[in-house]
Amino acid sequence: MTQTVSRPEGARQMPLPLDVEAIRADFPILSRTVRDGKRLVYLDSGATSQKPRAVLDAERWFYENVNAAPHRGAHQLAEEATGAYEAARATIGAFIGAPDNEIVFTRNSTESINLVAYALSNAATAKEPEFRRYAVGQGDEIVVTEMEHHANLLPWQQLCERTGATLRWLGLTDDGRLDLSDLSTVVNERTKLVAVTQQSNILGTINPLGDIIARAHEVGALVLVDGAQSVPHQPVDVAELGADFLVFSGHKMLGPTGVGVLWGRYDVLDALPPFLTGGSMIEVVRMEGSTFAAPPQRFEAGVPMTAQVIGLAAAVEYLQRLGMDRVEEHEKALTAYALAKLGEIPGVTVIGPPDTVARGGAISFTVEGIHPHDVGQVLDDRGIAVRVGHHCAWPVVRRYGVPATTRATFYVHTGYDDIDALADGVRAAQTFFGVGSEDNA
Amino acid sequence: MQLESMYQDIILDHYRNPHGRGLREPFEAEVHHVNPTCGDEVTLRVHLDGDTIADVSYEGMGCSISQASVSAMYDLVIGKSVTEALETGEHFMTLMQSKGDASVAEKLEDELEDAVAFAGVSKYPARVKCALMSWMALKDASARAWGGTKP
Repeated sequence: MTQTVSRPEGARQMPLPLDVEAIRADFPILSRTVRDGKRLVYLDSGATSQKPRAVLDAERWFYENVNAAPHRGAHQLAEEATGAYEAARATIGAFIGAPDNEIVFTRNSTESINLVAYALSNAATAKEPEFRRYAVGQGDEIVVTEMEHHANLLPWQQLCERTGATLRWLGLTDDGRLDLSDLSTVVNERTKLVAVTQQSNILGTINPLGDIIARAHEVGALVLVDGAQSVPHQPVDVAELGADFLVFSGHKMLGPTGVGVLWGRYDVLDALPPFLTGGSMIEVVRMEGSTFAAPPQRFEAGVPMTAQVIGLAAAVEYLQRLGMDRVEEHEKALTAYALAKLGEIPGVTVIGPPDTVARGGAISFTVEGIHPHDVGQVLDDRGIAVRVGHHCAWPVVRRYGVPATTRATFYVHTGYDDIDALADGVRAAQTFFGVGSEDNA
Repeated sequence: MQLESMYQDIILDHYRNPHGRGLREPFEAEVHHVNPTCGDEVTLRVHLDGDTIADVSYEGMGCSISQASVSAMYDLVIGKSVTEALETGEHFMTLMQSKGDASVAEKLEDELEDAVAFAGVSKYPARVKCALMSWMALKDASARAWGGTKP
């Protein structure tokens, strides 16, 4: 049986907003080869992004010229380190339209979320009345969605277990969207906080946060937005967003590992007790008890990850030079092309929105008759790095009745050649495992 | 292309036509093991006749390596004493830690039969646990079954 696959309106290569070849030259790792001399096709930026030379240079510059502990000491290096650290805070804040005193540095998004979750349970037992405003306890409810990464689920499950509060969640529709039909009952007068992702790490869905935030604020609940997959890929402005917290990770946006951000509205941060305590975050310390610094220092105990923060500021400047509007458009063009290319392959099913409407560039798919691990292994053999498994969103794969998926994610250095390699690789996997109908790859 | 070193024909045969698949009665112990990094799962039952493994029955979902491994294991352990089976499991573990060292596979060839084909998997650290999951389940289930049947 022969069947020609021809979809004229399908996979079209629209001109890309970013100069992929020029950008690739900025990323040293992209010039290495893998698995016996094959070009590295890195389609796993959603797990962690690669780093341009400018980021590596910034960290090296700091260590070679400035290194000292910020906010301590009066020597010249300490002054310069403090200056560089705080300048980076301002740069990173400006990137999301936030004043620098609303930017708290953490290890990553996971730690940012835990910081808020622990602050809310610490609030219940705080000796300072001004820290009890957002206390969570019995009878209160926390709302998440079925789409969340484990990092935006487990901290809230645990908060509920610690405090006796109840966890509720918004479900998903068959096409990978949030089911908001019961928003007004799930988010109600008992709700203390709603935690929701802006862009799903597994489905690619971009969520309609406006409706959710409006409902949450109507009932007096706080809103935490997980921006781990949105801040790296689309313009995000906290004033426009209207949430109370936004978290994101440096390593997913061309920055170093070990640095993340918690943005919080100042008045909210100011009413929260600390999560981690120790040096730096204090006002006055006595053996009998201590008082704490104002935000953001209140939430930055210990010597911070200074070089990483400076590296992250360099990543932000790199992204600003490209322009986040163009980064978003670039990925949208790639996503449209990839959805069409994968859609042409018999047996491939995309889990998540089927088009580019309110959708980012995380594309999860299954290949009939081949387990995602095995798909990933064939791709790896061809130099293509993708993620396989449940992507730290186990309830999502369970919701869609698959054990796992293969996921490709894109970034500024991704080009159509990468997606062609992916599609060819999927066909090669079908050939290797003897499944699928037509194959000429 | 190095894929063939991992996906030996023997492995693909076991994957496509698994031996002993399905959950059966009677059994003295049933365990459920999960690989938390990828979500692969196996439910495995052990039926002992005295000290002898009379049956191992299983259901699972997972990649070709994990599914072929449980099938090859089924062939190896039926009729063996629990002690012998667990010793074979230890040797399979040694094979999986061999990082592709052919001399290890050579030494274990007679004992591990089809399962020696997994030597190629040992070169891929991320996949080693796929091959080991069923053996871990067997160890767990045998210990429970043994505990349950001992006077």
